[in-house]
Amino acid sequence: MTFWERIYFPAILNGMRITFGHLFRRKTTVQYPEVKREFSDIYRGKHVLKRDDEGRERCTACGLCAVACPAEAITMVAAERKPGEEHLYREEKYATVYEINMLRCIFCGDCEEACPKEAIFLTKEIVKSEYERGKFIYGKAELVEPSDPARRIDISKRQTPEVLAFKKNKKFKHNK
Amino acid sequence: MKVTIDNIQVEVEDGSTILQAARKIGGKVVPPAMCYYSKLKGSGGKCRTCLVKVAQSSAKDPRPMPKLVASCSTPVQDGMVVQNLTSPEVIEARKGIVEFLLLNHPLDCPVCDQAGECDLQDLSFGFGMEETATEDERREYPVIDIGDNIKLHMNRCILCYRCVYTADQLTDKRLHGVLYRGDVSEISTFISNAVTNEFSGNVIDVCPVGALTDKTFRFKSRVWFLKPMNAHRECTKCSGKVAAWMFGNEIYRITGRKDQFGEVEEFICNECRFDKKSISDWVIDGPRHIKRQSVISANHYEELKKQSVIKPIEGFMEKQE
Repeated sequence: MTFWERIYFPAILNGMRITFGHLFRRKTTVQYPEVKREFSDIYRGKHVLKRDDEGRERCTACGLCAVACPAEAITMVAAERKPGEEHLYREEKYATVYEINMLRCIFCGDCEEACPKEAIFLTKEIVKSEYERGKFIYGKAELVEPSDPARRIDISKRQTPEVLAFKKNKKFKHNK
Repeated sequence: MKVTIDNIQVEVEDGSTILQAARKIGGKVVPPAMCYYSKLKGSGGKCRTCLVKVAQSSAKDPRPMPKLVASCSTPVQDGMVVQNLTSPEVIEARKGIVEFLLLNHPLDCPVCDQAGECDLQDLSFGFGMEETATEDERREYPVIDIGDNIKLHMNRCILCYRCVYTADQLTDKRLHGVLYRGDVSEISTFISNAVTNEFSGNVIDVCPVGALTDKTFRFKSRVWFLKPMNAHRECTKCSGKVAAWMFGNEIYRITGRKDQFGEVEEFICNECRFDKKSISDWVIDGPRHIKRQSVISANHYEELKKQSVIKPIEGFMEKQE
């Protein structure tokens, strides 16, 4: 070791320069509940079960999201639509129970990819923390979007150009 | 009689059809069949999905047949050379046939109870096009009940006549048939008469699409969430050998045991099918084999096979099988 290395002083000064340098930089963290970071438009957060333009539930309980789910977080029970319920459900079959276990869910988005009815989407909203595990099993009350047009959840940013092009193609009867 | 199908030679009895010869070989060589049912006399020749090319009619007459033939109704001749998947012409024709079959199909698979075990779904997945060439309205019929336990969705029907033959041959008094002709023809019970025969439930099993479905199972679950089990019971009317579709310890529905070609091994009676839904009614023999490719096998494992770490020599595995 040379004399300069032996007195350590320049090395300490050099370290301090880096430390104090960081003090005056912009912080990478935010004070969460007061300040909220902006999310990407295609952030994969809490799910929403969409309604169509007339406010009817789109989900037909086909079970494709459940079979696509790698974490097996989705379960559902289907029922038949009765006469007089046409304004509530789009097709003759609907889900009476639709549950997602948010503790199992890994937010991969495979369910929205599997959905043939464009019923389930992941949103920017995040799943809230709870004190009990049971509260993480979200049912239809938490998942279905409000029928009030003003409170609808916009998912148009999540739809790929292919999906939007398909939606315009009214040649298909099933593609209403 | 020696027949060659897709370069595989097979020996069959005199008088059997090309489809039967192909089924003797098995595997991918077998043409798909939507209307032919080996247990029903006179079935076949309607859907045209089993079209094959005959490259050589027989050993004596080596000329090819001028058009594609329906393999379910063409008898074999000695020295016949048949092309199924090896002929691009056949694939092209089958694509067209699938388009025809889907012409009036509502494509309501997310709602349909048959989804997951539907022949038309498999066929359109294999050969169908993404788009339809027509803009015409599809024909629509109201959903009707045939008896207490069977639901008829005429929209989905492809008019294969299998259920009509079943009713004709299995039951002594046929109560349903095909009304009208051509594009407007439909399966119906005459003046909505109920099918009350003991074996009428078998029309559900023979239906290749979701036109005839079990009302006791209607919208209860999807087939891929259930596990098919072999089960039997003492029955005075039928053999009592069935497939029980279970979820945990609950029996969701009972069907006949289907073989590798999608045909039931034995027809079962209505009592076994519709009334015996309790686990105490049945003796469970064990799980049924599910094809690896089937959606029903999703998340079910028969045995855990470890992936080979060593890369196999090309062509070696095929030779082993």
